[in-house]
Amino acid sequence: MNPIKKLFDNIHPYVEEGGKFHAFRSLVDGFETFAFVPNTTGRVGSVNIHDAIDSKRIMSLVVIALLPALLFGMFNVGYQNAAACGMLEEATFWGMFWYGFLAVLPKIIVSYVVGLGIEFVVAQWKNEEIQEGFLVSGILIPMIVPVTCPLWMLAIAVAFSVILAKEIFGGTGMNIFNPALITRAFLFFSYPSCMTGDATVWVAQDTILGLGYKATDAYTAATPLGEAAQAGFAGFTPETIQDAITGLIPGCIGETSVIAIALGGLLLLWTGVASWKTMLSVFVGGAATGYLMQALGLTQIQWYEQLVLGGFAFGAVFMATDPVTSCRTECGKYVFGLLVGFIAVLVRVLNPGYPEGMMLAILLMNLFASLIDYCFVQSNINKRAKRAIVK
Amino acid sequence: MAKVIKLRKGLDINLKGKATKEIASVKCPGEYALVPDDFTGVKPKVVVKEGDAVKAGDALFVDKLHPEVKFVSPVSGTVSMVERGDRRKLLSIRVKADEKQEARQFDTKGDVKSLMLESGLFAFLRQRPYDVVANPEDKPKAIFVSAFNSMPLSQDFEYVLQGQEAEFQAGLSALAKLAKVYLGVSAKQTAKALTEAKDCEVNVFDGPAPAGNVGVQINHVSPVNKGEVVWTLGAEEVIFLGRLLKNGTVDFTRTIALAGSEVKAPKYYKVMVGQKLTSLLEGTINAESARIINGNVMTGLKTSAEGWLGAHATEVNVIPEGDHADEMLGWIMPRFNTFSTHRSYFSWLFGKKKEYVIDARIKGGERHMIMSGEYDKVFPMDIYAGYLIKAIIAGDIDRQEALGIYEVAPEDFAIAEFVDSSKLELQRIVREGLDILRKENA
Repeated sequence: MNPIKKLFDNIHPYVEEGGKFHAFRSLVDGFETFAFVPNTTGRVGSVNIHDAIDSKRIMSLVVIALLPALLFGMFNVGYQNAAACGMLEEATFWGMFWYGFLAVLPKIIVSYVVGLGIEFVVAQWKNEEIQEGFLVSGILIPMIVPVTCPLWMLAIAVAFSVILAKEIFGGTGMNIFNPALITRAFLFFSYPSCMTGDATVWVAQDTILGLGYKATDAYTAATPLGEAAQAGFAGFTPETIQDAITGLIPGCIGETSVIAIALGGLLLLWTGVASWKTMLSVFVGGAATGYLMQALGLTQIQWYEQLVLGGFAFGAVFMATDPVTSCRTECGKYVFGLLVGFIAVLVRVLNPGYPEGMMLAILLMNLFASLIDYCFVQSNINKRAKRAIVK
Repeated sequence: MAKVIKLRKGLDINLKGKATKEIASVKCPGEYALVPDDFTGVKPKVVVKEGDAVKAGDALFVDKLHPEVKFVSPVSGTVSMVERGDRRKLLSIRVKADEKQEARQFDTKGDVKSLMLESGLFAFLRQRPYDVVANPEDKPKAIFVSAFNSMPLSQDFEYVLQGQEAEFQAGLSALAKLAKVYLGVSAKQTAKALTEAKDCEVNVFDGPAPAGNVGVQINHVSPVNKGEVVWTLGAEEVIFLGRLLKNGTVDFTRTIALAGSEVKAPKYYKVMVGQKLTSLLEGTINAESARIINGNVMTGLKTSAEGWLGAHATEVNVIPEGDHADEMLGWIMPRFNTFSTHRSYFSWLFGKKKEYVIDARIKGGERHMIMSGEYDKVFPMDIYAGYLIKAIIAGDIDRQEALGIYEVAPEDFAIAEFVDSSKLELQRIVREGLDILRKENA
């Protein structure tokens, strides 16, 4: 017998009902189901064979799809730090990457420890299995905050969103809002000075374990969208847009590189985890609205620039496509996506206070997703009702 | 020319161990049993006592609410046991078969319905809504018969039909006296007895499983509205009716497929409804840790070799149970030999020809519904399957009605249950929903 299996078999009596360490049942169960595919077989009266896909595999796949953006984000943290200190010539690729790695890793750890900790406790309390949803949220959260976000803030925000945006609704699959975006919204409204604006939040300015550089004066770097919101803006240079596509611009950790996001997006589309309908229509909606705003003379940003700047691409690929909080009907996905793109660009252009609109657009549409679905489901219901009357 | 209805949604699962076209006979064992649970929705009332002598065609039990619906013995012999379980629930009535078989003679001249009721054939009719045994007081708008089963490892009815074409046609013609008959035929079937069947409307269905499900066919031909009733009958049961009309006696002999990866030589067997499975399975399967399924792998019930051939079973499937597989790190390993519709596995690389051995593991934990549109991809009806399931779980009867619960049977959700990444027991959920709804509407 497999020694690890044996180990779990030996632990079992302790964590089962009445065992000494019953409080750790969900924890042991969580690890065991990750180590081994459960051996439980179908009950009498249900289908006798099952597809091998399960939510663990799906969630792991999304995490894999996020890795290019995450790894690039780590590099970019180091790159921005070197650029801020004027040390780009001196800095090495690995030096910048390790600096970023050390800057981001604590955030990932805090996010997972706090979020999964709550998940374990809730699973234990409800006597259920651990739900894997937070595997994705836990990696998304560090990627959509500025690198300077303090860890204690992150911990509070994660706890807030896991409890109030997810668990009180019944856990993964039952939540209305995307938990990762709720985390960001919480930070955004509670600690605005640490989250937005042209302040010093976007670039790490100190050394970490001897790596990186210390800025001599407080360095202020605005995101390109922040620049665009300022008076006297006359359009981006091609270099800025090029940097936005490769990702070498200031911004939240994981959102900057369109190329890295596209790699993950392709994996999600190929495996069918994300709906191409939602993803495509977000881009279409954003582009169309961007074009309209430009034609009306409301903004100097070209329509295609809207799609590569800020969190638009990241939101379209990883956030809007969340199957739980977006529309569940196939036609609804088009409407949902178009409206996300529309509102995101609308907020960017018309809201003077804050240059980014993707987070609010997706959260708002999360709220309306069920309403959109309702319309399409209702049309099916009406058709059936009509059929009954005609006869 | 028959109308061709093309279905795009669905999934054909290619399992190892398909039955070869060869019919074997098995030794007739001593005991037969009729299991009331095979006839969903019936409250059985036993009309025989242990020790009574019965002929083939004599009633063993009747429906308490409709005593004219009789459930008859497939063989002649002595009632050896009336088996009861908890709270005196009737589990089975066993008949020890005589050496020399005698059958009750029925008058085939009269009304078809009373003949069917008297001879126990009416009990095989099922009705939509609720997917239960038909109610003789109803006036159905149509009777649907599906001439093919698209589920994996299922019986090939065209093969079974060979030599019984006349009986099949006689059965269809008799049914046509009760209501309009619709026959669903697969695009792959060419037998004239099917494509040119008389006294019925033939519709050709071209598409993956569950195209052979009669529920799918009803939905595309003449969907069930609230207040309407449709009856359905298995194709082989139409032959039962034909035999009865021809000989005046009941003959519940089926040609079933014994198939699955754990069957040594999968082929067809001539067996009788209620026959003990031991007669079929002894020496023919790799018994160690095998799951024996009374019926199809997608819809049938797990049983043991001691079980009895189900009344509606057209095949017996045997697959590995797999409860000692101990597969490591399933969430990340490539698992090349594993079948999945999902592209995170590699079965898409190997094409549709590759045959898979799938064991009975659920292969994941039960979750809330997370992914969207999974069911709709394999659910070829104009129904929002996910929403209907949610309405059933929530117990919202009005919404279930509005979303079309009257049109579905548990078996229609079998493929959706297979692909579900949240591992919900859809067939069980639908069955329970239908039972509650029937009680409410009674």
